[in-house]
Amino acid sequence: MGDLVRVRRHRFAGRHDRAATTEPRWVGLLLLATTVVFLGLFLLLPLVTVFTEALRKGAGAYFASFGDPAALAAIRLTLTVAAIAVPLNLVFGVTAAWAIAKFEFRGKSFVTTLIDVPLAVSPVISGAIYVLLFGLQGLLGPWLSAHGLQVIFAVPGIVIATVFVTVPFIARELIPLMQEQGIEDEEAALTLGASGWQTFRRVTLPNVKWALLYGVILCNARAMGEFGAVSVVSGHIRGKTNTMPLQVEILYNEYNFVAAFAVASLLALLALVTLALKTLVERLSAAAVTLDSGLPAAEEI
Amino acid sequence: MIRRLDPSWLLAAVLLLGSLGCGGGGEQQAAGRQPITLLNVSYDPTRELYRDYNEAFAAHWLKETGQTVTLEMSHGGAGKQARAVIDGLEADVVTLALAYDIDAIASRAQLLPAGWQARLPHNSAPYTSTIVFLVRKGNPLQIRDWDDLVRPDVAVITPNPKTSGGARWNYLAAWAFALKRELGDLSRLQDPAQADAVAAAEVVARRFVTDLFARVPVLDSGARGSTNTFVQRQIGDVLLAWENEAFLAVNELGPDVVDIVVPSLSILAEPSVALVDVFADKHGTRAVAEAYLEWLYSPTGQRIAAKHYYRPVDPQHADPADLARFPDVELVKIDEVFGGWANAQRIHFDDGGTFDQIYVPGP
Repeated sequence: MGDLVRVRRHRFAGRHDRAATTEPRWVGLLLLATTVVFLGLFLLLPLVTVFTEALRKGAGAYFASFGDPAALAAIRLTLTVAAIAVPLNLVFGVTAAWAIAKFEFRGKSFVTTLIDVPLAVSPVISGAIYVLLFGLQGLLGPWLSAHGLQVIFAVPGIVIATVFVTVPFIARELIPLMQEQGIEDEEAALTLGASGWQTFRRVTLPNVKWALLYGVILCNARAMGEFGAVSVVSGHIRGKTNTMPLQVEILYNEYNFVAAFAVASLLALLALVTLALKTLVERLSAAAVTLDSGLPAAEEI
Repeated sequence: MIRRLDPSWLLAAVLLLGSLGCGGGGEQQAAGRQPITLLNVSYDPTRELYRDYNEAFAAHWLKETGQTVTLEMSHGGAGKQARAVIDGLEADVVTLALAYDIDAIASRAQLLPAGWQARLPHNSAPYTSTIVFLVRKGNPLQIRDWDDLVRPDVAVITPNPKTSGGARWNYLAAWAFALKRELGDLSRLQDPAQADAVAAAEVVARRFVTDLFARVPVLDSGARGSTNTFVQRQIGDVLLAWENEAFLAVNELGPDVVDIVVPSLSILAEPSVALVDVFADKHGTRAVAEAYLEWLYSPTGQRIAAKHYYRPVDPQHADPADLARFPDVELVKIDEVFGGWANAQRIHFDDGGTFDQIYVPGP
C-alpha cells in the first residue's frame, strides 16, 4: 500500500508551477485543511501507531526483537534482494530509456506499454506466473529440479519477483525526460568525434542523473517493501526465505506484536529515509537547474 | 555456523551479472556427521508446537548421533502449503492439517507413495485435535452449541474451507452435528435399510451448513488469520477454531478476553505427518527425517504435543495437568460419517462441490 501511495505522490510531485487562481482565500485554506487532515489520518496516524506499538513494552523489548535470528535473516535477505534487483533495473532502465528516447524502431509504443505492465498487474498474479513458470509442475521446473537449481521458494525466485515488480520505476523516470531532451546534444557530441560510449557517459548520463537517482530511490523502496509477489514465491521458510514484510506478517500472526511492529518500524524508517533522500534529490536537482539556467528555481520565487 | 552450498545462491550470483560479489559458499551437506538441515512444511497453528519440538528433537538427535540438525519451518493454510510443496517447496517432512492435503502431494506430484498413511502408527497422526468455539468474554450471546450458530444475531468466523484444513474440519463437524440431530444415532448412516432417513437428514444437514456459512462475514485463508480477525479486529461473535488454537488464544491474549465453548458434538481431527520421499532422498536427509517423525510418538514428543494443547495419541506420557485441560466431548470420525477424506473432499470441497454450491459471501 505504501508503495502505491509513493508512486502516486511521485507522479504529481516535481512540478513547481504556481497556479494563478482567482478563487477566494478560503477555498485555498479549505483545500489545505482537507489535505492535512487526510494525510494525518491516512499516513501520519498509522506511522505513529507503528512506532507506538513497537515501543509499547519499552526500548529493551524493541531492540531485543532485532536479536532474533529470523528477524536478522529477514533484514539480510531484504537487503540482498534490493542489492541485486536495483542494479539490475538500473542497467535495464537506462538501456530501455535510451533505446526508447533516442532511437526510432517499430513496436516502440508496445515496448513502452510493456514496461508499465508490472504497475498494472496485481503483484500476486506476477508471483503466481513465476510459480507456473519455475514451479515443479511448471514449464521449467522439472528441468531446473533435475539440475539441482532451486528458483521458486528460494532466493532467486524472490529476486526475480522483485525485479519484475520494480521494472518500471527507473525506466519510467528516465523516458519522459530523455524524450524531452531530444537527441541534439548527442548528435553534437557524435559530430565532434565522441564515441557512443563517451557520448553516453559525458552527455546523456549527466543530463539525466537526477531523474536516475530519483528512480533508483523509488525502485529501492519498492524492492524492500514488496509483499504480494514475494509472498507467493517465498515458501515462507523461517530464517531463510522471509523478507522483512513477510516477517512482519509472521510475527503478527504469532501474537508477537512488539516484534512485528519493531520490524515494521524498521521498514517505515527505510521509507522515511527514502522520502528524505527523495526530497534532497529534488532540491539538489532544482538547484542544479537554477545554476544551469541562471534563473531562480520556481520554489524560490 | 556452516551453511551448505545452496545451488540457488549460484543462480543468484549469475543474476548479479558480476555487479556484486559471489554469494553463498560453505560446505556441501554430506552424509555422516556433517550438520544437516530439515525443512518441515506445516500448517498454521503448529508454530508454537514445532518451535518447542524442534528444539527438543535437535538436542535428542545430537545426543544420539553426534550430528547437529537445524530445523527449518514454513507455516500457512494447509491447502496452500500442500500446493507449495507440489510446486516445488522442497520439504523433507510435511505436518499438515489433514490427510487429504498429503494425499494431494502424493497424487499430483508423486513426491511420496500413495500408501504413506500406513507408514506411521495411528494413521500417521501423532496427535489429534477437535473443533471448539471461541466466544467473547462472558459469552454475551449465550452460544452453547452448533444450533446457536445459525441464529440471525450471530456472526460466525471461520477460515475458507478451500484453503484451510481447519475450516474443512469446521464444516464437517457442523454437518455431522446436523446429521446426528436428525438421525439420533450416527450408526444409522451405515445401515442400508435407513437410506431414506439418511437422505432426508443429508438434506437438512446441507440446509444447516448453508445457513451457517450465511452467517460468516469474512473467510480468511488460514486458521491463524481467522483467529486474528476474531480477536484483534473484533469481528464476529464466535470463532470456529482448532481446540489447540482456541487454548492458545486464551493463553496469549488473557482469559479476560475470550471464552472457550465446547459443543455437544465435534469431530476427531487427525492432523497427519509424512516423509516427502523424493525431496528427503534428494537432500540425503531420509534417516533424520524419519527419526524426526517417529520421535513425535515418543514420550517426549507426546508430552510436548499435550503441552501445546494437542491431544496426544498416547496420553500416558503426557503431563496429567495438561490432559485435564481437554474437555470431554463426543467426537465423530470422518471415516464413519463421511466415508473418509477422499470422499469428503470430492463431495464437499472440490471445485463445484457442495461448498461451492452453498456458499455465497455473507452479510
